[in-house]
Amino acid sequence: MSSSSANPQSAIRTPQSAGPLAPEIGYVPTRLAADYSIATTETARLNVVVVGHVDHGKSTLIGRLLFDTGSLMKGKIEQVQKACAAEGMEFEYAFLLDALLEEQEQNITIDTTRIPFHTANREYAIIDAPGHTEFLKNMVTGAASASAAFLLIDAHEGIKEQSKRHAFLLSLLGVGQLVVLVNKMDLAAYGEARYREIVAEYSAFLVTLGLKPAHFIPVAAKHGDNIATHSARTPWYTGPTVIEALDGFADIDNLSAKPLRFIVQDVYRWDDKRVFAGRIESGTVKEGDRIVFSPGGKTSTVAKIERWSSPERTEAETGESVALSLTDQIFVERGHIGTHEQDGANESQQFRARIFWIQQEKLRIGQPLTLRLVTQETQAEVISIEKIVDATTLSEVSRSGADAHVARHEVAEVTFRTKKPLAFDVTGSIAPTSRFAIYAGRAPSGGGVILPGRYFQRGKEGGVAENLFWSAGRITRATREARNAHPGMVIWLTGLSGSGKSTVATELERQLFISGRQVYLLDGDNMRQGLNAGLGFSSEDRTENIRRAGEAAKLLADAGVIVITAFISPFAADRERVRSILPANRFVEVYINAPVEVCKTRDPKGLYARAERGEIKEFTGVSSPYEAPVKPEIELHTDQVTADQAVEQLLEFLAPRLELNRDPQI
Amino acid sequence: MDHLTKLEQQSIFIFREAYNSFDSIVMPWSMGKDSNVLIWLAKKAFLGRVPFPLLHIDTTYEFPEMYQFREWATKFHNVEVKVGINEDARKRGIGYETHDPVTVTHELKTLALQRALAEGKWQALITGIRRDEDPTRAKERYFSPRNKDNEWNYKDQPPEFWNQFATHVGPGENVRVQPILDWTELDIWLYIRREGIPIPSLYFAREGKRYRSLGCWPITHPVESNAATVDEIIEELRHTKTSERSGRAQDHAERNAMQKLRAKGFF
Repeated sequence: MSSSSANPQSAIRTPQSAGPLAPEIGYVPTRLAADYSIATTETARLNVVVVGHVDHGKSTLIGRLLFDTGSLMKGKIEQVQKACAAEGMEFEYAFLLDALLEEQEQNITIDTTRIPFHTANREYAIIDAPGHTEFLKNMVTGAASASAAFLLIDAHEGIKEQSKRHAFLLSLLGVGQLVVLVNKMDLAAYGEARYREIVAEYSAFLVTLGLKPAHFIPVAAKHGDNIATHSARTPWYTGPTVIEALDGFADIDNLSAKPLRFIVQDVYRWDDKRVFAGRIESGTVKEGDRIVFSPGGKTSTVAKIERWSSPERTEAETGESVALSLTDQIFVERGHIGTHEQDGANESQQFRARIFWIQQEKLRIGQPLTLRLVTQETQAEVISIEKIVDATTLSEVSRSGADAHVARHEVAEVTFRTKKPLAFDVTGSIAPTSRFAIYAGRAPSGGGVILPGRYFQRGKEGGVAENLFWSAGRITRATREARNAHPGMVIWLTGLSGSGKSTVATELERQLFISGRQVYLLDGDNMRQGLNAGLGFSSEDRTENIRRAGEAAKLLADAGVIVITAFISPFAADRERVRSILPANRFVEVYINAPVEVCKTRDPKGLYARAERGEIKEFTGVSSPYEAPVKPEIELHTDQVTADQAVEQLLEFLAPRLELNRDPQI
Repeated sequence: MDHLTKLEQQSIFIFREAYNSFDSIVMPWSMGKDSNVLIWLAKKAFLGRVPFPLLHIDTTYEFPEMYQFREWATKFHNVEVKVGINEDARKRGIGYETHDPVTVTHELKTLALQRALAEGKWQALITGIRRDEDPTRAKERYFSPRNKDNEWNYKDQPPEFWNQFATHVGPGENVRVQPILDWTELDIWLYIRREGIPIPSLYFAREGKRYRSLGCWPITHPVESNAATVDEIIEELRHTKTSERSGRAQDHAERNAMQKLRAKGFF
C-alpha cells in the first residue's frame, strides 16, 4: 500500500484511528477494521406491495402509514403542502409518493415507488403500485419483489376490473400473503352491511384463484380509520388494524430447505484460475459436493467456494452470490444450473406455461420470442395456445384458427418450444427456476410460470427423455424430431402430369416452411438432373427413378425433415415399396386426382400434345398406364377445388400428423 | 441470512449481471460514502478487482480532502480512474460565484458527464443512487435505459421482475445500472462499519457539525451533529427526522428540481 503526497496544510484530519492500514505520514481516510458481527441483529426488511383499482386509495394509504408511524422526514409535509397548493388541492397524502410532476398534476400514480418504513416491530419496504390499466407493467414490477400484499377496494365503488386482475397477477407472481382493505368507508357511512357485501363477493372470487386473505379490514385511509388504531366509527369491526396486519405477515424463506439450484452468471478466468460466478437460488452447496450441471448433465466436484474479503466458509447458502471452482475441466457456461445429482432439474425444449402478457402488440403462435429463465436465454416460440383467460372475470376467451393470440393484459396457458434446451423446475416447487420473462422486443413483454408435465428430470427414473436432443449416445431420428418438434416424414404426391402436383407441393412447402418446419421438396426435375441423370422413361427406368427418389426421401425424413415429393409415380408397387421402407405413419400418400381430360386441357408444358403426336413415348395417361392409389391417405380433387383450397385441405389433414407423440392410430 | 448480507448479495448479483450484459462499463465515482461502498461491492463481485474504469466528474468545486482521498483510494483499490471536467464551461466563467446552483450543477456535473460519456462510449454506467434519497430515485429500476441524449423516460420505464432486466442498448444509448438502489442511508453506514470501508473524514462531526452528503463545497452545507464516529452516525440515523440531502442546495431550488435535473441526465 502506498500513500499519496501529504497535505500538511489541510485542516481536515482523520478524527479516529485508521486501524492497521494507517501509514505513518500523509493522507489517511477513515477506516475501521471489519466487524462481521455488525448488523446481524438488524431485523429483516419485508417487501409489501399495495395494489388495487385506480383511485381506490393506494398512495393515500401509504402516505397515511408513513404519517401515522412517524416515518416522515422533516420538511416533507411542508413540501407536500406546497405541491398541493400549486395544484389547488387540499392536503394529499398521495403526493408523498407520487413525486413526479405529471403524477401530481393528474393526481395519479404512473410508476411504482418503494420506500423504507418501519413499525415498532419490523422494517419494511412498502411498494406503491399504479392502478391504471396502462401502467400494469409497473404494477408487475412493483409486485414481483413483494412477499405480501395489501389489496384495496373502494367501499363506495366496489370491486372493479383491477381489483380482480391485480389479485390474479399476485397469484401468478407468487405473492401468497394477502390482506384486503375495504377503503373509503367514510363514503359508505362506515356501514357494516356494505363492508360484509364486499367481503362476501370478493372472497368468492379469490377462492377461485386459490387465494385466501389473512384478513379483510374496513378502513378510511384519508382519515386514518383502522390504520394505526381502531376506529370508533367502526365499532362492529374487531379484527386487526392495518399496522397489526402488516406486522402479522410472515417473512417466509421456503427456498433454503429446497434442493440446490446454483445458477451460473459468468465464468471468470483470472489469475490462471477459472471460477464459476453465480447465485444459490435454493438449497446449500458445500466444498466437496458432487454437482451436475443442467442442461447437459456434466458433473464435477466443488473444489472451493470463492469470496473476497469475507469470512472463510466452506459452504454457501440460499441467496448467496459466490464463485465456485471445480476439480475437473468441464465446459460450463452462463445459464447452466448446478444441482446435486439426486435432485436434478427438468430439461426440455418444450413445456407448458401459464403466462401474463403486458405488451401492446399481441402474442401470436410462431412469433419469434426470447425467453429468459434465471440466467438462461433462448429463442423460442409459442406453438399452441390452449386457454386464454380474461383476468377480470376468470372466464375463458374463445379464439381459434388464424385469430389465435394473447392480447395485452390477458393470462393464458400456452406451449412453448425453445431453440435451446432449458433447465427448469415447475411451478409450486422452486420458484426462481420455474418462472421466466418473455421478450418480444427490448424489454420484457410478459412472464410465465412453467406448469407440471412429463419432463425429463436429471437424476430421476422414469422421466420422458425423448424431447432431449443432447441425450447420451447416438443422435437418433427421435432426438432430431424432438429438436424440430415435428416428425420427419414423407408426403408423397402422386397423380397425372398436369394434375397440379407441383403447384400443390410448392405451396405446401412454403406454408410448412413459414410455420417453422424443416421441409424440403423433391420433384422430378431436381432428381432427374442429378441423382437420376441417365434414367429414361421405360418401365424399368421409371421404377428405378422412384426407388431412388424414395431412398433419398427416406434419408431426409431420417434427418428429421418433412419431405414433399411430386412425382407422377404411376405404379402402385413402386409407391408401396417406398411406404415399406419408412416407419409407420411416416409416409402419407396424397392422390392428386384430376381426370386425364382436364389434365390435357391444362397441359402446362405441352406434353400431352406432344405425346398424342407420338413425339413422347410411354407418356402416362396416353401411352402408359397410371395405377391410381386404392387407399391413399388423402385424395385431392384438383378439378373441383382450386390449388389453394387443395393445399388447405391437405394442411388440415396433416396438422395432427405433424405433432409429435400422437396416438399412432390417427 | 441477515438483512445487510441480503442487500450485499443482491448487489453482487446485479454487478455480475451488468458485467456479463455489456461490452463496456464505467462506474462514476464521487468519492462519497455510497460510491466507496460501490467499489467495495464490485470487488466482492469480481473477487478483489474492479474490471472497469471509474469516472470522477470533477466540478472543480470539490472539498480539498476529496482530492486527497481520490489519490489515496486510487492506489489502495488499484483502480483505473478517469477524470471528466467541463473545461469549456469553466472558461465561460460558469461558477457558483456568479451563477445559480441549478445552472452550475447542470454545466459542471450533467454536461461534464454527458461529454465524458460521448467520448468514452460506454454502454453502461454503474451508479450509486438509492431509493430513499429522493422520491424520483424511489421510482428507478436496477437497469434503467437512457436515450442518446442521456434522458430518462420516467413515464415509460421497462418492466423489471424476477431479476430479468432491460439489457438492450442501441447505438449511442446507455443503461444506468444501480446496484444499491434498495439500500438506505443507514444500511450504507452499517455496511461501512461491518466491512471497514475507507471513507473521507468529512462525514464525521467537528465542532457540532458534520456533512451527511457531499457535493460541491459552495452549495453543500453541514448538518448539526455530534456524531464523530461511525457508531455514533449509525445511532444518529436511527432517530433523525432530517432528510439526507437537506444540505444539498440544488435539490431544493424549485418544485420538482430533482426530477428536472434527473430527466436531463443527473444522477
